[in-house]
Amino acid sequence: MSEEYINKKIVVKDATKIFGKSSGRAIQLLKDGKSKSEILKATGATVGVKQVSFDVNEGEIFVIMGLSGSGKSTLVRMLNRLIDPTMGKILLDGKDIVQMNKEQLRDVRRKKIGMVFQNFALFPHKTIVENTEYGLEIQGVSKKERNEKAIESLRLVGLAGYEEQYPKQLSGGMQQRVGLARALANNPDILLMDEAFSALDPLIRKDMQNELLQLHHDMQKTIIFITHDLDEALRIGDRIALMKDGEIVQIGSPEEILMSPSNEYVERFVEDVDLSKVLTAGHIMKKADTVKVDRGPRVALRLMKQLGISSIYVVDNANRLLGAVTAQDTVAAIESEKSLNDVIISDLPMILPDTVLTELFDVVSTASIPVAVINEEQKLQGIIIRGALIGALSGDNEFINKDGTVDSAEQPITEVM
Amino acid sequence: MNELLPRLPFADWIDTGVDWLVDTFGTGLDGFADVLEGVVEGSVDILDLVPSILLAFIFALIAGLISTRKIAFFSLIGLLFIDYLGYWYPMLQMLTLVLTSVIFALVIGIPIGILSSQKAGVRKVVNPILDLMQTMPAFVYLIPAIFFFNIGVVPGVVASVIFAMPPTIRLTMLGIQQVPKDLIEATEAFGSTTWQRLIKIQIPLAKPTIMAGVNQSIMLSLSMVVIASMVGAPGLGEEVYRSVTQLKTGVGVETGLSIVIVAIILDRITQYAGNRKKKLGGNTI
Repeated sequence: MSEEYINKKIVVKDATKIFGKSSGRAIQLLKDGKSKSEILKATGATVGVKQVSFDVNEGEIFVIMGLSGSGKSTLVRMLNRLIDPTMGKILLDGKDIVQMNKEQLRDVRRKKIGMVFQNFALFPHKTIVENTEYGLEIQGVSKKERNEKAIESLRLVGLAGYEEQYPKQLSGGMQQRVGLARALANNPDILLMDEAFSALDPLIRKDMQNELLQLHHDMQKTIIFITHDLDEALRIGDRIALMKDGEIVQIGSPEEILMSPSNEYVERFVEDVDLSKVLTAGHIMKKADTVKVDRGPRVALRLMKQLGISSIYVVDNANRLLGAVTAQDTVAAIESEKSLNDVIISDLPMILPDTVLTELFDVVSTASIPVAVINEEQKLQGIIIRGALIGALSGDNEFINKDGTVDSAEQPITEVM
Repeated sequence: MNELLPRLPFADWIDTGVDWLVDTFGTGLDGFADVLEGVVEGSVDILDLVPSILLAFIFALIAGLISTRKIAFFSLIGLLFIDYLGYWYPMLQMLTLVLTSVIFALVIGIPIGILSSQKAGVRKVVNPILDLMQTMPAFVYLIPAIFFFNIGVVPGVVASVIFAMPPTIRLTMLGIQQVPKDLIEATEAFGSTTWQRLIKIQIPLAKPTIMAGVNQSIMLSLSMVVIASMVGAPGLGEEVYRSVTQLKTGVGVETGLSIVIVAIILDRITQYAGNRKKKLGGNTI
């Protein structure tokens, strides 16, 4: 196996699914580069997934997004061979699942891959705890051990105390928690989630997304998440693959998909996205003009004059933000021979770079000077000015930093003397 | 008849075939018939040792344990009524005949139903045979049954089994196939074997439908008792048959009503057994 795949959890190469008869001829046409509709016309076979290749890193949430009929559900079912690929390779930890015999496949399904279904697929004749321990039961795990694991798994998803209920007695959101607990009980490395939250109402869905992110943070599973909802994809995906007509049109981080759509289809898909919920302070901050506190008020005043601004941020030698001074106070400090420390305003509005724009409006609108963006170590990353906030919301790329950082923020200009 | 073609001697072929079967397997089947007859008649005699009123109470108690008090009460009244009419012994004979036939129908039918739910190939063979079994007039397979098993209760049981088995097979098949696809996917995704999928998921979920099939088989087997009496199967059917040949309306109504009472009791109990889980909130597809 080639070097580049060594750290990949899942590698999919040219995976193709053709439904219907005469798939042999369809494969030939596919290799000749014919389109899905041409193949349908010529052979009557439907191409569900067309020569899809991608890879997933360990511990990543990989979202496969597309409208219904785009082949995303077929694709995810090929990963555990609920649907057998017509051709292509699917490597899990370097082993090709397509080549496996029944026993090997069963072993992979039991130990390595868990799955959560759109309509929960709970067994109606089994209690919640019996549902949860199903995966362990069929592996022949002892009653006591599987019961303990199932209860632990239910506790993880917040369903302790519901063990003896039946699925019908639970709400949709709770049922899907059971679905998740059942998948987690086997302790698989990989979770396949097929439109897992699509059947839930919006508020519950958001809760579930948050809990999934929390669980992912705690357990570091590799998650393949299928959805038709772009907002959901952007919220939870580390990377997103966008599918159309059985093909992947673009793979990238949420920012990449939003900011540089690879073609018109992706562009149309993302044009209705509420940018204020996706973009963060990091995306729109500008580099900050700062002065080190030990330079004294005269240097600060001169900097402000040069830059044509009425206030400036004050940092210590490690670039930690101490506060800001206004030009007026600085002049007063010079006259009364005080240091910068004496006139510093320290109760500034400060935010972290990953704050989304919707949470910024309030701070930005009431602040008298630009809002400072700092990291966890109090170091100044940049500032938010109102113009950039409004510009970014209008979708103007000029106001948006590609990778969520400001290039020059690392070395703020303090030496403009 | 068309002069150019001679008449197709289909009947002769069948006769030859049946003769050959009787000659080849006849002795083996005789042994089977003797055992079956012994078991059926023995059970009737054992049941008859118990005083009828006590037995009616026992039956009612069983009905109450499986289903509801209401059904138990009806069973008691109905059975005492039959006893009071004087048809207790024929009723026991009929009940034994019916239950024996149903047990055979289930023991053979349910596995066939399960098998054909799994394999399309088996389904293709089984379906037309079921059509044949259900539409062929029941009298027709009484004739070879006599050749194989002589006159008596055994050909009656055999005819009833053939007639009563199709609903069990069909509804077992249907019930298993009706288990929602996403549940099947779920069991597969967790790595179940075919056997685990069947035993843990499909059959339990198909149970209400399978029970509906069992219920239908019991009803069909009851409807065969009069026909079975023509080959010498004893019981209430025999009484009905006699009343018809002797044009005794009163006796006909009495015996007919007794069959209806037994039918209602068996029907309600099996229906209840099939739907019971639903009420616990467990089982719906």
